[in-house]
Parts: sequence; structure tokens; C-alpha cells
Amino acid sequence: MSGRAGEKKLDLLITGVGGQGAILASDIIGKAAVVSGLSIRAAETHGMAQRGGSVVNHIRLGTDLGSMIPKKGADIMLALEPMEAVRYLDFLKDGGVIIVNTHPIIPVSVSSGLAKYPDVEEILDALSEKYLLKAFNADELAYEAGSRFAMNVVMVGAVSGYLPVPKEALLESVKALVPQKTIEINVRAFEIGRRNIEES
Amino acid sequence: MTTREYMLGNAAIARGLLEGGVQVIAGYPGTPSSEIIDTLASRRDRDYHIEWSVNEKVAMEVAVGAAWSGVRSAVTMKHVGLNVAADPFMTLTYTGTKGGLIVIVADDPSCHSSQNEQDTRRYAQFALLPCFDPSTPQEAKDMLPYAFEFSEKFEVPVIFRPTTRISHGKSDIELGEIPVKKPAPHFEKLLDRWVMLPKNARARHTQILSIQQPMEDALAESPWNSLELKSGAKLGVIGAGIASVYAKEALQELGLEASFLKIGTYPVPKKLILKLLETVETVLIFEELEPVVEEQVKMIAQESGILASILGKTSAYVSREGELDISAFLDALKKAFDLDIESDSEKLSLELAPRPPALCAGCSHRATFYSMKKVFGNDAIYPSDIGCYTLGIQSGTVETTLCMGSSISIASGLYHAGEKRPICCSIGDSTFFHTGMNSLLNAVFNKANITVTILDNRITAMTGHQPNPGVGYTVTGEPTVEVSLAELCKAMGVGSVTVVDPYKLEETQKAFKTAKDFEGTSVIIAKQPCVISGKRAGIRRVPYTVDPEKCEGCKQCIKFGCPAIEFDEENKCAIITSLCSGCGVCAQICKFEAITEVKR
Repeated sequence: MSGRAGEKKLDLLITGVGGQGAILASDIIGKAAVVSGLSIRAAETHGMAQRGGSVVNHIRLGTDLGSMIPKKGADIMLALEPMEAVRYLDFLKDGGVIIVNTHPIIPVSVSSGLAKYPDVEEILDALSEKYLLKAFNADELAYEAGSRFAMNVVMVGAVSGYLPVPKEALLESVKALVPQKTIEINVRAFEIGRRNIEES
Repeated sequence: MTTREYMLGNAAIARGLLEGGVQVIAGYPGTPSSEIIDTLASRRDRDYHIEWSVNEKVAMEVAVGAAWSGVRSAVTMKHVGLNVAADPFMTLTYTGTKGGLIVIVADDPSCHSSQNEQDTRRYAQFALLPCFDPSTPQEAKDMLPYAFEFSEKFEVPVIFRPTTRISHGKSDIELGEIPVKKPAPHFEKLLDRWVMLPKNARARHTQILSIQQPMEDALAESPWNSLELKSGAKLGVIGAGIASVYAKEALQELGLEASFLKIGTYPVPKKLILKLLETVETVLIFEELEPVVEEQVKMIAQESGILASILGKTSAYVSREGELDISAFLDALKKAFDLDIESDSEKLSLELAPRPPALCAGCSHRATFYSMKKVFGNDAIYPSDIGCYTLGIQSGTVETTLCMGSSISIASGLYHAGEKRPICCSIGDSTFFHTGMNSLLNAVFNKANITVTILDNRITAMTGHQPNPGVGYTVTGEPTVEVSLAELCKAMGVGSVTVVDPYKLEETQKAFKTAKDFEGTSVIIAKQPCVISGKRAGIRRVPYTVDPEKCEGCKQCIKFGCPAIEFDEENKCAIITSLCSGCGVCAQICKFEAITEVKR
């Protein structure tokens, strides 16, 4: 067992929809954590479940055991989509921090009329009762930064202040992992996301 | 200072193979195993042969041939792939190997992306072969060089069995050295080893049975098993593979004094189990899927006259289905000792819409299924197969899915049973090459009057876009022969073979009509690249848009089920979102000409 675990323990859950870039978001954090000397375990959704389905990534900083966060064990949830925040709430501890992108993605079950998408305001109200809620439209912020595709990096920026990983390490990791041509946009997206939480 | 890298479990496994000096790797894609070969194929400094084989049986035999020449080889597959490779596998036990041979079989508890949740440890028992069961990605990497050594020492193939959370887990990984010098191949003509005539097979059966105990003894001493006895502890916990880290964390959190045996190899280390049983009153066994360890523990206790109470799956303390986690361990403890551990709180009362995976916007399978259904109707029977297109269950054209290649043979069986309804089955290009070919040959040979649709999206899509014999390049991108599906079907004697572009509805439906009317086995090849790999290869199409003036709100396009089409309830009008990939199928479905290409 390595002795590097300890005070810097943090369990983070990233939820969203297949295709939103949840894996890249967790990779940015994971790579930065390793560079900063933290041990890390993560669990991801691959394969069939990825095709536009609901996805959840577990990220555990400062642990050398399993990658699965226990129920009510996550300190923070980063939800790339509002309904997907609610789907995995039983992993978040009471009073935990929840950062939510308020931009919904309508599943085919809803557009074909088989199910209803819950009211986003209602979701946010319910979340704010039990948790420390930070909600904003990250798709719009990504658009401001230069591309809607940078939404996942806006969200990484938003959670960055809570992580036991220096901002510089995260930014280096953003630069290393996004496509070369989009580095500038993604760095801006990160900064916008981070500032958005600092100022809230 | 050691080098640490953040890696996917399967990348760590790939690294472990390299550190073990692997020279030949073959496999067939299957979640959660696919990225092992993807990772090795993408390395620049390759000094090994790597291939995607056409199926797991073939892959295993390629690895066997290499290992019999004395070099180290590995074969990768998902758990159900071992069923396909079971034929060589069960006799490989008898022949054994010269060079180290690792059979990597990734299990998928909870069926995240699988049709069943079989436990490969059972195959290890069945075949009398050792099995390695890693508990973390780091351990997975570290086990592999050891597994090669072990395989060579005892001259037997070994099973290496990660599960989804190892293969698709990520971790900081401490890297080791990759050996530079590797042996040259030399096939020794040991006929009593490599020719399984009955006379040789009998002798080899005796041999494999005779080394069971020595193998178990060697494994018990390995670093992959460890026993921590706590003095005075009345509770003992046995954790196997990944379940051991869940149990360990739960015990740490609770601050519970328990003796702990971590198991990472099979046959199980009986000596260590006995030591634990002798010191505790109760043993809780925590392992995913089948009660493999538990059965062994009960046998050991019975043989040694030990009366400790043994709790696990057979007594329903731990579930025999699905993945385990820390909560499952706490639940088992609660049940066993009536403990008062905080349970989950009430959930939010919000009703959520389900979000199952769906075919991508512009996926050609949806278009093919649409035309198929139009022509064959609700009355027809639609056997299907394994791939992204199994999601066509939402189109009403997937009515059976059993195993790779089964669609055509099941269709044949339905026909020969005397079903009078039309039968139209669907199978992907890679699945067709895998085992569908045999089924088609059989259908033609035995005169099944069915229509076979090959959904040729030019790639093995669901597992992450691996090449197959139809695409014209190998796993490393090297050009190779591009096998023609149409010529292949004709050569097998199919009387009616038509290649269509499924994006063209009229043409496709005409072809389906002809195929439906054909007496005998007919084949439709719906050819159109996967939208994901097509986009990566540079295919760009103009997206479509709805003219709200012309849209009558009839929802025909909505019913098509494309994720890029939504309905604006306020304006009673369909809208096409930025997900549109420009396939143009909805424009052909619209009766009011309301859907057109976006004007630049």
C-alpha cells in the first residue's frame, strides 16, 4: 500500500449522457492527479451503454483500493446533464456539493412521447434542499468560450477549485488531452467554468 | 524515481503483456476486453505480431500455434468468446504449451454490455487450468509477467480473468521494464504432445491431473494471495479478485477486527483457507458471480472436520447476480450479524425519463430496419444478432438475440419448423464473418426460405471500431485484401444477393421486396459506413432542417426514432437538432416535403 493517500482523499462522481465527453473530463482530472503525486482510481462506462445512454464515472482521489464509490460516499457530483444528476443521487453524501449543467438533453423516450422530461427548475429546487447546489448552463458558457463541444471542460473548470489538485496541473492536462487545434478554446472554457464557481 | 502513468485497466493489461515479453497477440473484440489489442496495435515500436482474428476460436488457435513454437503469446476475448473458443481450449489443457500462453477472458458481471454473466473461473475448474483474478489494474499488470513464467514452468496455458471494473477502471500505474531480448521461435515436433490421438490424450490427461497439486502449492506462495490473521478475531473474510478491495475498504471504514484472506489465483490456496478456518468462528466469502471459492471452502471445512459457519452466496448473504460493491459487503455483514449500519435514505420523488442507449443519429441500421419493416410488415419474424443493431429492438425488427451468428440459423430453424410467416433476419458485417458465414452456408445447403440482411457498416462498431475482413486493412492499419461480402455469399450458393445503400429508401425497399418473393435463401447487403467511423474518416454531409411552414406535425419523422429529431409541442412542429449527420432519410419519410438540406 502506498503512503501517498491520506488527507487528500476525495470521491467525485461525473454523470451525463454518452457523447458529452464524461470520459475526457475524468481523464483530465485523473492525469492531473497522477502528475501531482496522488493515487487515483476511476470507473467508466464503455461499450453498448455509451450509445446515447446514461453514463456515470467514478473518480476516487487519494485511494489505492477499489474504483467504485460507495452509496452516499461521493463528496461531489459533477452532472453534465440535469436529469442525470438525479439518477445517481444515492451516491452523493448528504450535504455534498453538486455542480449541474442545466442544459437538458432530451432522450428519445421523451421525444417519441413515451416519457416526460421533469421540469429543470423542479430538479434544481429539490437538489438545493439537501445538497450544496451550483447550477448554470455550461453549454452556453462553452459557446462563449468558442465551442459547445467544450462543455465538459467548462465543467472540469467549475469543479477544479474543490479538487486537491493544483489548477496548473489541471490546465496542463487539458492541453495534453484535447485536440491540438482546440487548446485555446478549451483553456478558455476551463477558466470560464472556474471563474463561474468562484464568483457564485 | 519510478514512472507512474494514468491508465485504463486494459491499457495496463497491454503493458503487462509487454513487460512479460509477449510476441504474438490475437483476439476478437468484445466489451470489456477490446482495448487490450487496441492499445498494443497503436504502439509505434512494435516487435510483436498482433491481429484481430475473425473469431475467438481462430484467435486462440493462432496464439496456440505461436506458443507451440516456444514464444510467449496471448489471446483476448470477452467471457462469451470463450464459449466459441471452448473447443480448442478444452483440449489445449491436455497438450499444454511450450512458450508462455495466456488466455485473457474478461468477465462482465451485471451484463453492462453482454448477453449473460457467466463466470470464467468455472471454465478454469472445468479445464483444470490455473486462473488469475486481479483485484486492481496495477495488480493486473503485475500478474502478467508472472503468469507467463508460471505458464512456461508448468507448460500449461493459464487463464487471466479481469472483470469490467478492472478492464474499464482507471488507475495510476507503476510501470516496469519491457524486455528487449526475446527468444526465436522453434517448433519442436513433439507428436505425443501436439497430436491428440486417443493414446496421447489419455497420457496427457494423467499428466494434467498430476500437476494440479504442485500448481496449487506454487500459486499459494505467490504474491496474489495473502492472509492477515488478527489475533482474537472471530470473523474471517475471504475476498476474491476485485471483490476483495470492496470488502477491505468496508472493513476499514467500519473499523471491524476481522482476519482477511485475499484470493487472486485458482485452484484456490487450500493451505491458507485452512489456516483461516482454524482460527475463526464465522467466515464470510465475498466474490463476484458464482460461489467458486465458497464451494471450495466448504469442501475444505468438511474434509478437515471444521465447524465454522461459512456464509456466502448459497446461503444468500451475497448475491449470485450482478456486480458487487462496498454496499453489498455491508449488507452481507448486516444480515450475518444483525448489525445496525446506516441504510440508504429516501430518494427524491422526481420521476425520471429512461435513457437507454440508442442507435446514433444517422445510423444506417435505423434506415435499413425502417425499410425492412415497411416491406416485411408486423407479421414477419425478425431474428437478429449481436452488435449495435441489437438496439434495433426499438424499431421492432429485433425479435431474437442469442449469440454471435445465431440469427441466420435461428431463422432457418423457424422456417424448418413450418412457420408460414415471412422470416427476415439481420446480422452485422463483423458478426457475419465471425460465425454467421457457417449459418448462411447451412441455410443454403438445407434450403431455408429466409431473407438474410447483412448490416454492412464497414467496421466492428459497438466494441470501438475494430477492422474486420471486409474493410481492407488490419489492426495496425496495414492494407490487406478486402473480402467482398456479395462474392462470398454468391460463392456459398446464395441465389439472390443484392447490395443496397440503406440511405436510399426506395431502392432498399425494392430490393427487400425482391428478396421476400425469392424462393430460397436471399441476401440483402445494406452497405453504408458507421456514422462514427465515417466521420473520423472524413465523410461530411450537409445536415437537414424542418421548414415550420410546411410541417404538418404528423410526427412520421419522430416515429422514425432518430435522436436528432425532436417535436416542438408549442408550435406543433418537428425540429432537427445539431446532432443531425445528414443521412437524409427523414426527408424521404416526410410526405409534405418539409425536410430539406440546410442552405449554406
